[in-house]
Amino acid sequence: MTYPNLFPVLPEIFMALMTIIILLVDAFSAKKSVITVLTLLTLIGCFVLQIHVSSPSTQLTFNDMFILDSLATGTKLFTYILSFVAVIYVRRYIIDKEINPGEFYAILLFAILGMMVMISADNMIVLYVGLELLSLALYGLIALQRDNVKATESAMKFFILGALASGILLYGISFIYGATGGNLQLELIVRSMLASQEQGISPLLTFGLAFVVAGLVFKLGLVPFHMWIPDVYEGSPLAVTTMIGSLTKIAAVVFMIRFLVGGLVLLSMYWTIMLLVLAMLSLFFGNIIAIAQTNIKRMLGYSTISHMGFVALGFIVVSVDGITSTLFYVITYSITALATFGILTALSKDGFECESIDDLKGLSSSHPVYAFLLMLTMFSMAGIPPLVGFYAKFKILAALVNTGLTWVAVFAVIMSLIGAFYYIRVVKAMYFDEKVKDIQVANICVGTKVLLVLNTLMLLVIGIFPSYLIDYCQKFIG
Amino acid sequence: MDITSILFYVFSAILLFCGLRVITAKNPVHAALYLVLAFVTASCLWMMLGAEFLALTLILVYVGAVMVLFLFVVMMLDVDVESLRNGFWKNLPLALLLGLVASAEMILVILQNPQITAVANADPETTLSNSNVLGWVLYTQYSYPVELASLVLLLGLVVAVALTLRKSDKAAKYQNISKQVSVDSKTRFTMVKMDAEIEQQGEKQ
Repeated sequence: MTYPNLFPVLPEIFMALMTIIILLVDAFSAKKSVITVLTLLTLIGCFVLQIHVSSPSTQLTFNDMFILDSLATGTKLFTYILSFVAVIYVRRYIIDKEINPGEFYAILLFAILGMMVMISADNMIVLYVGLELLSLALYGLIALQRDNVKATESAMKFFILGALASGILLYGISFIYGATGGNLQLELIVRSMLASQEQGISPLLTFGLAFVVAGLVFKLGLVPFHMWIPDVYEGSPLAVTTMIGSLTKIAAVVFMIRFLVGGLVLLSMYWTIMLLVLAMLSLFFGNIIAIAQTNIKRMLGYSTISHMGFVALGFIVVSVDGITSTLFYVITYSITALATFGILTALSKDGFECESIDDLKGLSSSHPVYAFLLMLTMFSMAGIPPLVGFYAKFKILAALVNTGLTWVAVFAVIMSLIGAFYYIRVVKAMYFDEKVKDIQVANICVGTKVLLVLNTLMLLVIGIFPSYLIDYCQKFIG
Repeated sequence: MDITSILFYVFSAILLFCGLRVITAKNPVHAALYLVLAFVTASCLWMMLGAEFLALTLILVYVGAVMVLFLFVVMMLDVDVESLRNGFWKNLPLALLLGLVASAEMILVILQNPQITAVANADPETTLSNSNVLGWVLYTQYSYPVELASLVLLLGLVVAVALTLRKSDKAAKYQNISKQVSVDSKTRFTMVKMDAEIEQQGEKQ
């Protein structure tokens, strides 16, 4: 009997322990501010531990179910940083809305743990369990405001559709399990497919693949599996939208990289076509429908759909170049979304939620700094140089053109042009329209403000000097 | 046709019929009972495959616990079934079309591939029982996902409590045990000195 090597799993163990400690502290302590501090300390602790356990070589443990490679280390570190910033952004909002911080942060840490598990899973069962840990935590976070009808409705929608998607994913996995001779290990699946390559690809595999792709893109939110995104973005409290809109995307993309590029790479000729169709549909519907939205959360929901379309385009180029640009895109998108939702959270006070685009009218005269920051994030999402959104889109388009898919790149550019309309409309509302509503800034501390400014300026800095982050992303893949 | 295949077809037919009735039964209690029957037949199928432990767990957990709870909820909440069926006929044509296309595609793919090999047979050499082997695998090879599954359960517990427990709810009553234990006669009784009252005959009537 040999015991598994627990060293590479230390950050996960630390996170799980701290979650339980936070639950206990919440039950026995009356001081609620301790919990926020504990949550932040947990994230810092995970960051330090992650650096401590990382090594240049790939580490496997738990019967090769857990993998710690450079991809896992890099994306986990980003997840910690983004979570840390997100917790600081929503801290005041939680108190304003009278959400119990103990429950909120404990469930949030469960969600982050789910992301960590997904990021470093090397087995389909583990991938699935991590996904469930993340999704269940998200359903709970949205529904935490029980008296808010919209929030409970969107939690219910998300829950039922998410459960259906999980069922579809599992059904697909069961077929892959059967067709590869009883393998759930991603590497063994590749090996078994290589061994039986001469006999051609079994129809059962493609059958399972169709279900797996459907389940995966539901989590990413590509058309036609996107219906939950606008409802959930609109219905959930801003604090939760911040988490869903920014943090979860990185884990979802790493999940897809492991599953499709890692496990089912020999079927790439099938799933690239599927993803191509879905990505083009997402770019089209996401951008067109976003124009009709008056609620900024809903608009950002549709904008997410179109951005995820771009991410899926990166997958179609099954090469180091394509995957690097996908990772770069999703990391920078998460940073942008975090800043956007952080600003909206800062503009919400005393039960008022900054939701309608009309609320933002004349923001430049009342709060010039926030208006400027929001303008930067909108321009970055629209892909206007020198902000990072431009470079991220450019990388993906360049990868597409290099593989001869120029017509797809042209289509994506036209769709982003249409998309630029609704981002710039927000800027127009802030700078050129008369004020209709007095927006009060929540009494956030100076540190949060500085963090907001830094976060937004990061878009500019990465946009001008992208090579550092790109080299970093390339190291994950290599 | 030997007895095993006859049994298989009988159970499968019952299972499919029950599945259909679950979604078509008018009365939700009937639907739930058909689901119970579906679980029992599915567990019979598993029993025939030699998975005794899973078959019994299915009955214990799903029939014994989940469905009983479900029946309670259905009976206690007076669900207006008719309102749930609104739009059924309106949406049926599209749903039927999509369902037929999807199932036709699935059947076509499966028919292409008649040789489906059995995978993951249990080790024929083993003398251990089904549940023994399962436990052995779960706590050695699959210890990591089992640990994670326990965290998922803990999360479910936390979320359920967070969604239902409200300290601020006026209707909720809570016991403070330390206060209850530390009472003595002085906190429970207060002696009030007052004069004896004399009832007046005239007012009584």
